Amino acid sequence: MLLLIPLLPFLGFVVNAGVGRRLSKPVSGGLACAAMVGAFLVATAATWPILFGDGAPVDQVVYQWMASGDLEIAFALRLDALATVMVLVVTGVGSLIHIYSVGYMHEETGSEYARYFSYLNLFAAFMLVLVLGANFPVLFVGWEGVGLCSYLLIGFWFQKPSAADAGKKAFVVNRIGDFGFLLGMLLIFATFGTLDIQEVASHVADRAPEATFGVLTLITLLLFLGATGKSAQIPLYVWLPDAMEGPTPVSALIHAATMVTAGVYMIGRNAVLFSHAPMTLETVAVVGAVTALMAGTIGLVQNDIKRVLAYSTVSQLGYMFLAMGAGAYAAGIFHLYTHAFFKALLFLGSGAVIHALAGEQDIRRMGGLRRELPITYWTFIAGTLAIAGVPLFSGFFSKDEILYKTWTAGFPVLWVVGAATALLTAVYMFRLVFYTFHGQPAGSGTPVSIDQGSRGPTPASGGHVPSHAAPAAGAGHLHDAPPAMAIPLIVLAIGSVVAGYVGVPHVLGGENRIERFLEPSFEAHERVTAVGEPLAAEPAETAAEAGEAAHGEASTELTLMAVSIGAAFGGIALAWFFFLKRRDVTENVARSYSGVHRLLLNKYYVDELYDATIVQPIKQTSTVALWKGVDAGGIDGLVNGAGAVVRGGGSILRRLQSGSVRVYAASLFLGVVLVLGYYLWP
Amino acid sequence: MPTLNHYLVLSAVLFSIGTAGVFLRRNLITLLLSIEIMLNAVNLTFVAVGRYLGSVDGQIIVFFVMTVAAAEAAVGLAIVIALFRHRETLNPDAFTSLRW
Repeated sequence: MLLLIPLLPFLGFVVNAGVGRRLSKPVSGGLACAAMVGAFLVATAATWPILFGDGAPVDQVVYQWMASGDLEIAFALRLDALATVMVLVVTGVGSLIHIYSVGYMHEETGSEYARYFSYLNLFAAFMLVLVLGANFPVLFVGWEGVGLCSYLLIGFWFQKPSAADAGKKAFVVNRIGDFGFLLGMLLIFATFGTLDIQEVASHVADRAPEATFGVLTLITLLLFLGATGKSAQIPLYVWLPDAMEGPTPVSALIHAATMVTAGVYMIGRNAVLFSHAPMTLETVAVVGAVTALMAGTIGLVQNDIKRVLAYSTVSQLGYMFLAMGAGAYAAGIFHLYTHAFFKALLFLGSGAVIHALAGEQDIRRMGGLRRELPITYWTFIAGTLAIAGVPLFSGFFSKDEILYKTWTAGFPVLWVVGAATALLTAVYMFRLVFYTFHGQPAGSGTPVSIDQGSRGPTPASGGHVPSHAAPAAGAGHLHDAPPAMAIPLIVLAIGSVVAGYVGVPHVLGGENRIERFLEPSFEAHERVTAVGEPLAAEPAETAAEAGEAAHGEASTELTLMAVSIGAAFGGIALAWFFFLKRRDVTENVARSYSGVHRLLLNKYYVDELYDATIVQPIKQTSTVALWKGVDAGGIDGLVNGAGAVVRGGGSILRRLQSGSVRVYAASLFLGVVLVLGYYLWP
Repeated sequence: MPTLNHYLVLSAVLFSIGTAGVFLRRNLITLLLSIEIMLNAVNLTFVAVGRYLGSVDGQIIVFFVMTVAAAEAAVGLAIVIALFRHRETLNPDAFTSLRW
């Protein structure tokens, strides 16, 4: 049963990759969608008992994968509460994005179309293996597989150099993280002698948390390095904004809803391990918060609609890591789950805008689209309200939960950072909305003035240029999303509104069901109960404390909530003032703080910094030392030297070949005399 | 009564004459003749030693050598004629174009 979930998309991949070019577009697209929807149905059936029944995890060993000495690794799948959430998000949102792609990619030729859907299905298969894997190697297979598909899909329009480069960048940066992940895995095996996630957890549970730096801290830090690569956190976040070169549905599926959350999921999956390494948790929290703030500030000034969303994704992922670092695993996963809805929605909405505008991605050349694209507009608004954390929308519940847990975990500074980021989120998201959908229709509107120093407008260069649409924004006929694109938008919009109600906090009269649901996934099972003693003492203690503290905590929670609501509305108001009502003021501000503005516009020069400190030294070392020194000098020198010796020797020895028969005869005679003389001499 | 040594000395003398001929004469035909002398010097040794040891092996080998020498003389003279047609000379020092 469990195997069927990743297997269906994989079969879709096999068919589309094998004979896709001979299938008509409706068939290959329909097949891919059917595989995904089928996986979703199977996943629903498989998760039903966990969602509404006793919640017992389901295990399935497909086959013995490797067996060598102490090492025994089965291809084992495991469906527990955490995997349930992930599987439903991946297959559900994935299905919607597949359907959306049918509309979005209809300009591609038949074989390209099949290639696209085969990659998309392959991605879904690997992602499902990742979330279902019961041990580290299986998880790693999925982990690497989604990285591969990410590379393939970012570089889908590989004729465009920027897309090919972006794919390479994503792959290489991820490789650095994956190296850390691999080392972490090896260290786990060296330490615990097993790679089964559950067994590792129960081994770890027997230990005391590490107060100082120790092997658990090292393991978790290495795993976290993997997570920073996959989930685009400092220091490895640089690939995600560039990944926007891929088709927009890909950005929605891989770079917003599913793959980039793999790092968060992985930490949740190893919650016991991370809980025993407080130093790592602190690192995770700080990295998450700093990433959230930094990406938020960059997102404030970007002009490419997809890049704004990309930085917003980095920022929201930072929130999730903040929650993980604060030990609030359920809150992190909750935000992952709501984020999947509204961020996929926002990306698909931006895709609809780009589609309608013939590939235009610069928000300064958009404007007033709310009349032409009503469906896109209203669904986009729903997503924006959700991400901004406006009450009653899904993002509000999850973000508020994270901020509250950050505060109670004893990170007031990080809470301030988080709240500031919430404000920023509201500002930049509504800036996007106001620029895109409000104001005057493009062309006549805001002239491109002070921002020209940045990257020039890159969109529409060779990539997705629907031939039937108008060549320039605002001119001619604009069409709203066709049904294949509109339906996913509407479904996701509904999801963005209601998804949060599974986690209504107690203080608002809810039960925070998702937290209770996920709780078992973050604890070690089995042996722990046998050890007993220290664990039994804790709940009694906390229960007593909880009774006393409940009242005080409720008021704290309400205060914090008020702050974050204030941040959301304050951000919207700021955005309204600066980006809709008085854009001239904005330009003045940008001009008077041009240094800051340029810093943000150039993304803190992090790409340049990496280029100068890492890429260029490696390139220089490779060129000067390895290429010109070792390769050209050493290895080529040996080979050429051997040749030169032979040639030099030959040029001397060839003088002996005089062509004169008598000289030959003489040397023959001399030789015979010498040989005979040697043997016959007494 | 000549002993084996007499034959061997004669053979050595003949061989030296042949060798000297190959080195010193500047006519290809004389060169071939000198080689014949060397070959026959060797033949003489074979026959003498065969007689001395009371075996016919030496004489059998001599027949082989004579056969090969006849073939060699035929091929050699043919080449000499061909060379002469090209260069109008029989001096071996004129034929050194097969060199580096």
